[in-house]
Amino acid sequence: MSAQFWSIALRDIKISWQGGSTSAMVVAFFIIVVTLFPLGVGPEQNMLARIAVGIIWVAALLSCLLSLDRIFQADYEDGTLDQYTISPLSLELIVISKALAHWVTTSVPLIIITPFLGVLMNMDDRAFLPIIYAMTIGTPALSLIGTIGASLTVSLRRGGVLLSLLILPLYVPVLIFGVMAVDSMVMGTGGSAAFLFLGAFTLFSLAITPWASAAAVRLALD
Amino acid sequence: MHKFANPARFLRISKLITPWCFVLTAVTLVIGLYWGLFIAPADYQMGDAYRIIFVHVPASYMSMFCYGFMAVASAVGIIWKHPLADQSARAAAPIGAVFTALALFTGSLWGKPMWGTYWIWDARLTSELVLLFLYFGYMAVWEAIEDSVKAARVAAIVALVGAVNIPIIKFSVDWWNTLHQPASLMKSGGASIHPDMLWPLLISILAFNLYFITVVLWRIQSLIIRRQIRGLRIRIAEEKDNG
Repeated sequence: MSAQFWSIALRDIKISWQGGSTSAMVVAFFIIVVTLFPLGVGPEQNMLARIAVGIIWVAALLSCLLSLDRIFQADYEDGTLDQYTISPLSLELIVISKALAHWVTTSVPLIIITPFLGVLMNMDDRAFLPIIYAMTIGTPALSLIGTIGASLTVSLRRGGVLLSLLILPLYVPVLIFGVMAVDSMVMGTGGSAAFLFLGAFTLFSLAITPWASAAAVRLALD
Repeated sequence: MHKFANPARFLRISKLITPWCFVLTAVTLVIGLYWGLFIAPADYQMGDAYRIIFVHVPASYMSMFCYGFMAVASAVGIIWKHPLADQSARAAAPIGAVFTALALFTGSLWGKPMWGTYWIWDARLTSELVLLFLYFGYMAVWEAIEDSVKAARVAAIVALVGAVNIPIIKFSVDWWNTLHQPASLMKSGGASIHPDMLWPLLISILAFNLYFITVVLWRIQSLIIRRQIRGLRIRIAEEKDNG
């Protein structure tokens, strides 16, 4: 059972590296979005330092959103998803496996590149480690909730915009707790509460995603 | 419940009820608003500006009530596969969205004299805005999927995922705001409200509830009839093909 779980995740990761890596494009998008902010609000160092954490989180949210439709699209089109429904591994676990692959291929590269963007944005020195912790804890929730949205919209022709409309409001807690966790660490006002809430939200997403997403996949294949 | 789940029977009964609901809505709305806007005493702090609560509070309350109704109807639809429950959820969504928009609109009108600005990133305003987006997403699902059975299932999942997330979003926004701006101006009223103001407020809330029942029944009726018309059209087309 668990061998299948890992092989599905591994397959998705391998596919994302073939034919122009998804990860590279997502990282490029992430960097560009962050770059747009100083151009928009002006290059003043103090202001950039104040908004750096928030901007990096918002850019991470958007980058994550951008690659969500890849989770199920190809498998839906070539019939692999149909095969998954009759596989001995339950669909609930398969969607988790695919969410894991999405997290590895999008969020992990984002987390790695974040310190460099922190430098570009003149982020507070004390924020570098906390933002990496916070993103490591928080981004799985983005992939998990995104998986629900991706499975709901997979059979639609113009699912992309609908996907954003459905998913972004649900990302609000990640953004709030994510930014707050970093800010409270920087200001030294007991950062652990926000970190715990961020972790709790990730676990909560892990609890609801299999059921909602598997139900949506079954609907899409009807 | 199962007795009323038959669309034909539902149509018959609801057609009898809706005129009465309409009359009751009109009567309570006139009483509630007249009492609230003209008879109730002015607030010692906010003057006459507070009178917008007789629209604002019922609208905000209904914005959440509608989502609750939608979530319950969606759950019933997904568990027992009643088409009527799906249609009820669908019918409630635009009404809820309008109540949410009304709550935001009246809130910002109230904000101008009280806070000096139409919009403030207050926790309640923010979570109400997110709620509006959730309504839009739900309504967009119904529009995006042509097959109505499938649309109902997908929309139900969206509504339920939204429903379990609403408390978390609300909590996170509250927390975000309390840390950012400690003294909120929104505290003055609180739970203690004078009976002279409470009664018209309660009547207004009742009126808004009755309005919701009236309009939701109307909308369910029209959705059922629309489905029947579509079914008839398909049958006519099939008969033409065969003969």
